[in-house]
Amino acid sequence: MEEFEEKKYDVLVIGAGGAGIRAAIAASDEGATVGMVSKSLLGKAHTVMAEGGAAAALGNTDKRDNWKAHFRDTIRGGKYLNNWKMAKIHAEQAPERIMELEKWGAVFDRTKDGKINQRNFGGHRFPRLAHVGDRTGLEIIRTVQDKVIHQKNVDILMECTVVKILTENNQAIGALAYYRNNGKLVSIQAKSIIMATGGIGKAYRVTSNSWEYTGDGHSLAYLAGADLQDMEFIQFHPTGMVWPPSVKGTLVTEGVRGEGGILLNNKNERFMFNYIPEAFAAETAKNEKEANDWLKGVKGAMRPPELLTRDVVAKAIMNEVKEGRGSPHGGVFLDIANRQPPEYIKKKLPSMYHQFKELGDLDITSEPMEVGPTTHYMMGGIRVDAETGASTLKGMYAAGEAAAGLHGANRLGGNSLSDLLVFGKIAGSSAATFALNSKERAINKDDLNKAMNEALDSFNKDRKENPYHLHKELQDIMEDHAGIVRNEEELTKGIEKLKELGKRVENAKAFGNRAYNPSWHLCLDLKNMIVTSLAVTEAAKERRESRGGHTRLDYPDYDSELGMLNIIIRKSPDGINVIRSNKEIMPDELYEFVHKEAI
Amino acid sequence: MKRKVIIQRGEESDFFMHEFEIDGGPGMVVLDAVHQIQANDAPDLAVRWNCKAGKCGSCSAEVNGKPKLMCMCRMSDYDESEPIVIKPMKAFPVIKDLVNDVSWNYEVNKKILPYQHPDTDDPRMMQEDVDRVQEFRKCIECFLCQDVCHVIRDSDMKSEYAGPRFLMRNAMLEMHPLDQGDRLETLKEDNGIGLCNITRCCTDVCPENIAITDNAIIPMKERIVDEYYDPLKWIWKKLTG
Repeated sequence: MEEFEEKKYDVLVIGAGGAGIRAAIAASDEGATVGMVSKSLLGKAHTVMAEGGAAAALGNTDKRDNWKAHFRDTIRGGKYLNNWKMAKIHAEQAPERIMELEKWGAVFDRTKDGKINQRNFGGHRFPRLAHVGDRTGLEIIRTVQDKVIHQKNVDILMECTVVKILTENNQAIGALAYYRNNGKLVSIQAKSIIMATGGIGKAYRVTSNSWEYTGDGHSLAYLAGADLQDMEFIQFHPTGMVWPPSVKGTLVTEGVRGEGGILLNNKNERFMFNYIPEAFAAETAKNEKEANDWLKGVKGAMRPPELLTRDVVAKAIMNEVKEGRGSPHGGVFLDIANRQPPEYIKKKLPSMYHQFKELGDLDITSEPMEVGPTTHYMMGGIRVDAETGASTLKGMYAAGEAAAGLHGANRLGGNSLSDLLVFGKIAGSSAATFALNSKERAINKDDLNKAMNEALDSFNKDRKENPYHLHKELQDIMEDHAGIVRNEEELTKGIEKLKELGKRVENAKAFGNRAYNPSWHLCLDLKNMIVTSLAVTEAAKERRESRGGHTRLDYPDYDSELGMLNIIIRKSPDGINVIRSNKEIMPDELYEFVHKEAI
Repeated sequence: MKRKVIIQRGEESDFFMHEFEIDGGPGMVVLDAVHQIQANDAPDLAVRWNCKAGKCGSCSAEVNGKPKLMCMCRMSDYDESEPIVIKPMKAFPVIKDLVNDVSWNYEVNKKILPYQHPDTDDPRMMQEDVDRVQEFRKCIECFLCQDVCHVIRDSDMKSEYAGPRFLMRNAMLEMHPLDQGDRLETLKEDNGIGLCNITRCCTDVCPENIAITDNAIIPMKERIVDEYYDPLKWIWKKLTG
């Protein structure tokens, strides 16, 4: 049998971004011993890239804001597909979670009276995003990072990747992982496991996501027997960089529009006025004058259409490009230079200024940027219980981007950072409570041995395929067949191609030895990306309507029946099972509030 | 356009220089070149990276002898006729190829007294009072300042010196308007702030353009002088015990 290290915790947290760290803090506060596995160095997780802010109805900048307004915006932005209980819990608890960060040393931008300042963002009725310039994610991860390292009984395994969830009688009881630096294997026994692994963006060619986003949690949970939900809903962020090729897809924060930035086509038209959905018309400016008044703070003026939800803006940009009104490099123009003074731009959007200056030879205080849609966020994920974060597999919990439900068919900007704080804490506390009331279950040696052999099989001499080239092929398939616009034929072809590629991935070869070997890491990540990509395409095929981030050319409208359903992806002996599941119905009082024309 | 790239490879202490040829393109950064080499010529080439947008501070290395983030380093900034030479950071042990063992930094951080919140339900801070603190909080922990600091790089005094990144972290906490902690003694004793002789090498390499020396380290040195080396204060302390 292969050599391995053994570890044992009450709670194992997989992932060390905002959700994972917040969960580890909560589990430790409950008195559990915690192991937290981080694929990267601590503090480098994807949370660090979040820019615009964390949404919480603090009411510091506009006193009219409250949890119900935040709840309403979240549901409307999610195109009514959200788990209403999660949306309610999130809106209610987000302010407390943000205030708590301040107690741990976070330093948000301030209002004139010394409170946490809040900025406008797409789909939020009131200025709601607590922020630090355009580096809010960094502030949040650094704050929870410096908190967790002083927590009791938290063991942090850096640069460590989980390759398998081990189960016994349909219960998660541990995991097999490897250390990236030396390739040594580690078996981790735990009474409960929290999946906080983030998203799946690396399955796409144009993405704002880092290499870590290979859908590990989605795939590991699915293979262990947990349900996935809403996998068809991927957010294509409207504004990624389009030029130069090296940075295509890199995020341009929505904060640019929140601070007054406007979108223009090559005819210098503010085209978003042509794309205002009926349901949002009452809360959107009718013309440029009203939008400009809003920016000046004139009472009663409604928000500019650039701040419609991301799904709407992304599709509008795509359409402008398709109809020949795009910018030279296949995007549209985003102009802040003519809207705010240079010093203000540098103060409020410093990393955007820096990013375009260094990587695009462009000064955003004097010229417009070129932007286009980029794969950004996974709304779908592991199906969880709203109150506890428990998955459908006993002993497994999920939080943050890896979990489904809160965002429905489209996430509002700023709701991700608050999501991971609120549901990270909930999952951490309930996983700890579950663990402290459970008895130990030893990992079966045969299961472990099998998992180890699978992980090391990438080094098998008979394997031939270059994993980097397979990865590129996968990205092309997902971009072409399950991208921003979809149809039955393309999805069906995509599924076939993914299945073929899946067989070749079994032949992906790790070159060299086990010490810090990215080719091996990619062989293992590819397996997860194939599973996740298949889940995405199967779910996208099943949902024959257009809603939020999921756009079907062959079914361009809402389908009221499908609007009441979640698509569930479940492992079965014959492969992927695609199941329709009824959504929970919102209480009348909340339903009426959500459907009010304007508040 | 073809470009020559030379990368230091190998594990622990067994190193060699490996030359590659890559296809350059518009806007290409050094990290793109490394990825191209990985995909086509050296699949096991080790490199640490995450965001590729200058936000996470993972891809620190020395490009033509200068500490840089590879993702923010344009190929077009270098002479086309000369090869680009990439090595891992010098001040830290090498795990493999371009990947350093930076765990020492995490140990130093853990020993710093964390933020101490006052007993209040309504914490208020004015923007002008947090501007400086926010400047320090921009730090992405790329550890390039640690790499370039001669106290670490040349003298390897890691056991008695925290390095610019963590002297600045102390300064950030000390200047935080609400913090109740006192770190001056540990700054002087454990973190060895006296070893810094203000050559500003750290400030020069900071990808976030933080004025580490002038805004963080010098003010802390001054506070320590006031606290421990002010003759009047010293006499007063002696008298009052």
